[in-house]
Amino acid sequence: MQDYAFLTETNRKQYIMGHNLSELKTKQKTLKSWSYVWHPIERGYNNRTLYINVGTCEIKEKPVSQQMKDKFVGGKGFGLRLLWDATTPTTKWNDPENEIIISPGPIGGITQYSGAGKSLVVTLSPQTDSVMDSNVGGFFGPFLKFSGFDAIELQGKSEKELIIFIDGVNHKIEIFEDPGFAVDSHIMGEELTEYFAEDEKDAKNIGIVSSGAAAEHSLIGMLNFTFWDNKRKMVRLKQAGRGGTGTVFRNKKIKAIVAKIPGVQGNLNNVVDLEKIMTVGRDYAGEMRDLDDKQNQMKKKGTANIVNVMSDYDLLPTHNFKYGTHKDAIKIHSDLLRDKWFTLGINDGCWIGCAMQCAKGADEFELKTGPYKGTKVIVDGPEYESAAGLGSNCGIFDYEPILETNFYCDTYGICTITWGTIVAFIMECYENGIINKEITGGLELNFGNSDASLELIHQLARGEGFGVIAGLGVRKMKQLFAEKYGADPKFLQDIGMENKGLEYSQYVSKESLAQQGGYAMTNKGPQHDEAWLIFMDMVNNQIPTFDYKANALHWFPMFRTWFGLQGLCKIVWNDVTPADNKLEKEPHKIPKHVRNYLAVYEGVTGIKLDEEGLIRQSERVYNFQRIFNIRRGYGLRQHDAQPYRAAGPVTVEEYLSREERYDKQLKEILNIDPQGKSVEEKMAILRKHREDQYEKLLDAVYERRGWTKNGVPKIEHLKNIGMDLPELIEVIKPLQ
Amino acid sequence: MKIILNNREEVFESDALTVDEIMKIKRFTFSKIIVKLNNTFIEKEDYDKTSVKEGDNLVVLHLLAGG
Repeated sequence: MQDYAFLTETNRKQYIMGHNLSELKTKQKTLKSWSYVWHPIERGYNNRTLYINVGTCEIKEKPVSQQMKDKFVGGKGFGLRLLWDATTPTTKWNDPENEIIISPGPIGGITQYSGAGKSLVVTLSPQTDSVMDSNVGGFFGPFLKFSGFDAIELQGKSEKELIIFIDGVNHKIEIFEDPGFAVDSHIMGEELTEYFAEDEKDAKNIGIVSSGAAAEHSLIGMLNFTFWDNKRKMVRLKQAGRGGTGTVFRNKKIKAIVAKIPGVQGNLNNVVDLEKIMTVGRDYAGEMRDLDDKQNQMKKKGTANIVNVMSDYDLLPTHNFKYGTHKDAIKIHSDLLRDKWFTLGINDGCWIGCAMQCAKGADEFELKTGPYKGTKVIVDGPEYESAAGLGSNCGIFDYEPILETNFYCDTYGICTITWGTIVAFIMECYENGIINKEITGGLELNFGNSDASLELIHQLARGEGFGVIAGLGVRKMKQLFAEKYGADPKFLQDIGMENKGLEYSQYVSKESLAQQGGYAMTNKGPQHDEAWLIFMDMVNNQIPTFDYKANALHWFPMFRTWFGLQGLCKIVWNDVTPADNKLEKEPHKIPKHVRNYLAVYEGVTGIKLDEEGLIRQSERVYNFQRIFNIRRGYGLRQHDAQPYRAAGPVTVEEYLSREERYDKQLKEILNIDPQGKSVEEKMAILRKHREDQYEKLLDAVYERRGWTKNGVPKIEHLKNIGMDLPELIEVIKPLQ
Repeated sequence: MKIILNNREEVFESDALTVDEIMKIKRFTFSKIIVKLNNTFIEKEDYDKTSVKEGDNLVVLHLLAGG
């Protein structure tokens, strides 16, 4: 077959300059081949996981016990269980013992309900030195499952670059030396798809995990999961972005993992009651068909539909989270993505059968910089977080450089959320004179300088210059800037938007105490996938007391954890709401969709579950993860502290920009007359109040979650939720 | 006029405003919103026909709980 025979003409021209695949085939050197007996999935489970040690080339299968399913369910739960057993409290991210575990969960892979193609990546993070979980779409997770395994566990470190091939057609696993595939994901994805697919029709049966050049030189590398876009005839990319999963992957010298299956058919999960799932699946698809255009326009704008909404509510991070809106925010209004950049009327689901169709793409985007300058590519996104992080938060209000940075983050294997917050922090440091041109190697990293921002990421991909410093992440830069350049560590602590070592995702939480908890009390660090409570708290005023906030900070993180146990996408839950949702008692929970999930779970597994049972499943895993953090020397109250910018104005200019609001709060909440007080005095009073409020929030939430005042799960609570495993009790007993 | 908006006292300069006008003043631009005036649902097409008066209780529930 001719190389790149089934790529579109544009792509063929682009990639033909790369590698000769026939030549690569002749160079392929297999290190290990291991056959297994395939058997059909039973009620969503294969009842075994796949273990691969890339250092020794050991490959084996491990049984999944009933207890593992009962207590850990799947997805993140399986990942945490396997990682706990594989590591010790002192294992570091780059030790051979560290693992990368990918697991979809029992519902993962069904095609009759939207958003069921997710899998969870779990590892010890180079950024946080503790447990990281990151959810991702694309084909690999379901294909791993259809190949015969509920999870893949990658341990060890290789000396040579490896490709791992999960051959779900011939039921064997192969490890071979990389014969010379490209490093960057947009090319490697195409190459490996072409390499392993029999023909164009077979391309849809290939799922790939890869990273990119920048992951090799940084602590913030991410993993790309491909999905085949049959209309465009090209691979698309979805990302397990947070916490450095790609860095661990490349440190193990894994170049890519490829899963190949014979094809996707109706009931590969062998679910108990397919009709039950199809009924709610059809109903949901009807909601998307009838309501999406009037609601979020996910099919036309993707998650970026909220860029302008966030700006309207003063929540769009601008200039390193200083402000929530900007006069130029109109230039990145989501209508522009719909009308100018995104290709519409095309199947944009990252898994089969998803009616949400939110994985938007900008086709024929001509790159202006970097190693692929002049080529036309598809940009996967930008999603909301990428638009806000790479755009407004860096003072960049132009989609052209935002799309270009989005593309390079993806193909270089860098998390767009993390990168956005990093560059915003650097820009504020630069504008404050903490770093200068001499330190940055000539880059003028002022807010709004998109050329400098792009050059920074190219430097990182090349392993050069100040880009490598940026790739350390905010926490390590704070330390470096204080130690090496004499910066005030307190100021850096206030403006450096990280908690637990992970950078904040892209929402301003200053006016929502509940969201401050939703960010900083997370198990892995401030990612909004545990809780997004800003509207409920700040706008709707639905949770005005500490008790209400604590209840919200119990229910939402637990409910949302459940998606990661099952292989589900949370966007599908709440980004379209049923027409009669307003009649529900708790409309903010989208109760009909919660009932759908209970039906889907029962349809797949045959196990009847109510809402309480759903929360209980999550609670077990959530507490396990908390104790995993404690086992590693984290997971206590001190680790839930937030940078002050997440809670209030750090600088005089920030206070003055919202002076009316803050003065009003001093008067009405604290009964303090702001008249005659300097801005600094008012800021100090406000700060003390907000910091006190946050401490009270911690007390309330810990109590609601069954934890001590130090944030340690109580033994009694573990007994109540059926999670009093001896290895957990051993860790927390001395801390009760 | 003074009304209760989302469980908070809110003062507007005008004596009578429509729901639509209040939404514009408050910049409530999000599309997934439930509006209740004195415990009665107000449909989107009625925002500009529904008056809000002194002492009314207006609830504007924003449904996004995701991100």
